[in-house]
Amino acid sequence: MTMQFLSKQAKERMGFGVLGAWTLMAVAPVLLIIGYLIYLGAPALSWEFLTQPPKHFLTEGGIFPAIVGTLCLTLGTVVVALPLGIGTAIYLVEYSSESLFKRLVRLAIVNLAGVPSVVYGLFGLGLFALTLNLGRSLVSGALTLGFLTLPVIIATAEEALLSVPDEYRHASLALGATKWQTIKNVVLPTAAPSILTGTILGIGRAAGETAPIMFTAAVFYTPSLPDSIFDQVMALPFHVFVVATQAPNVPTSMAFGAAVVLVALVGGLNAIAVGIRAWMRLRR
Amino acid sequence: MVTPRRRRRGRSRTEETIANLVFKTVAATSIVTLLLIFVFLFREGIGVFRQTGLIDFIVGPRWAPVSKTQAFGALPLIVGSATVTFGAALIAIPTGIGVALYLAEAAPRTLREMAKAIIELLAGIPSVVYGFVGLMVLAPMIKGALNLPSGLSAFTASIVLGVMALPTVVSISEDALSSVPDSYRQASLALGASRWETALHVVLPAAKSGLLAAAMLGIGRAIGETMAVLMVAGNATVIPGSPFDAVRTITADIAAEMGEVVQGGLHYQALFGLGVILFAISFVINLVTDMLFRGAAVSSGKRS
Repeated sequence: MTMQFLSKQAKERMGFGVLGAWTLMAVAPVLLIIGYLIYLGAPALSWEFLTQPPKHFLTEGGIFPAIVGTLCLTLGTVVVALPLGIGTAIYLVEYSSESLFKRLVRLAIVNLAGVPSVVYGLFGLGLFALTLNLGRSLVSGALTLGFLTLPVIIATAEEALLSVPDEYRHASLALGATKWQTIKNVVLPTAAPSILTGTILGIGRAAGETAPIMFTAAVFYTPSLPDSIFDQVMALPFHVFVVATQAPNVPTSMAFGAAVVLVALVGGLNAIAVGIRAWMRLRR
Repeated sequence: MVTPRRRRRGRSRTEETIANLVFKTVAATSIVTLLLIFVFLFREGIGVFRQTGLIDFIVGPRWAPVSKTQAFGALPLIVGSATVTFGAALIAIPTGIGVALYLAEAAPRTLREMAKAIIELLAGIPSVVYGFVGLMVLAPMIKGALNLPSGLSAFTASIVLGVMALPTVVSISEDALSSVPDSYRQASLALGASRWETALHVVLPAAKSGLLAAAMLGIGRAIGETMAVLMVAGNATVIPGSPFDAVRTITADIAAEMGEVVQGGLHYQALFGLGVILFAISFVINLVTDMLFRGAAVSSGKRS
């Protein structure tokens, strides 16, 4: 009896020990690789690298147009996805009752979330660039990325709206406010920080996407910054792809440097989102 | 729910009707977008199905879009996708569920929160960066260690994709395991089982649907992944003989060739045809996952 109990304990320690080691093995190499990436990329990071356009077929100079291009695309993504996302979430949470339409909307969102990003690229090319004749441009890319990000924004906005206590709504309605006034003045302001967090996480994902902008917005090289939304742009993720696989004789440190800047940009966005979430928890 | 007081206010009532209509229209965007994606892929791709026949497009063994004897058989690409996805699943699913089991059942609180934060961070790293690291760091390492002519292969791509799918599998598995009611664990412990036995024989089976859904979503992530496989899988459009051969996936093929095609040409149509296949695969995966999630919700609802 005692023997069995002991072996049971030993088994438990061994089992969880193996799983713990497994966890460490799964996480540690990736962190090491990120460290290595920064180690190799750091020498390239300079003020010039961040603020100058590329020169001599991308082998010298900096990545400034790519950074600006990605920022513009990201901003465009927000402009497209945020109103649609919040609007859809408001409908799902505040207005709809269980109906066939609502089930269809949900089904569509789930499926949109699972469509591979390269398929969004094809869709953006076919619809925005060719059929609507917007060409390879900032606006085509932003629309494509916007629809790609939409499911994420809807999901987070919905969660945020659901977490607003019903008492708030009841109090507002009892004071004579209409439903729309209640949503505008009570529900949305309360949910705003959570929606903001989710949005930043969503656009962090969009900022790093490559496949959807390859055929809709991004070009290998352009020295000038975009003047209008119909201009082509350089984009940081595409630039990383190009210097790694397409452009010959790019110094390794410049390629790693571009990758580090991309990771920092996306990581920075995520950190802001996590920061807002932490601040909200503290305030409560 | 219309109160007499509100009925008297004409203006707010019209405002209310408009708001309702606006939000309903906005909500319809998702449906319209999904339909548009489907319609566009099909409209642009239908030509190639007509030309080669749907079956021959799918099982044709030769993909040679720019050769003199042009051929559009997607089988090498489909086998390429299947190979790397299978390899990635082999890595991501057992590891992901193992990690989730450890985090949910054994890890101390601080470690658990830390690990979850790191995993969230990993999920946020762009796929082109994973591809970059795979190309610059992992492939040369594998080439040297296994003494291969090239490190760019289905094997390397599987490892990179496995790592990329891991956060998805871990976080959804962890949710599934955490949502198993504590009364299950207490009952098992009270019957004399150890925590390890409880985790293995009670918690794991109870979370079965959720874990399957996690596996499906991980697989979906791996199939749809583009940039990383484009960069590390080696890009040979032939059916591989071994895991160490170079392959090209459906997604990578679209990304690699779309830049150089003539709009409306047969090659252009063929790439949209590939898009239709991808869309169909992701649709099926989503449907199955949704059913599994529903199963999980129903069973936990019954039990709690």
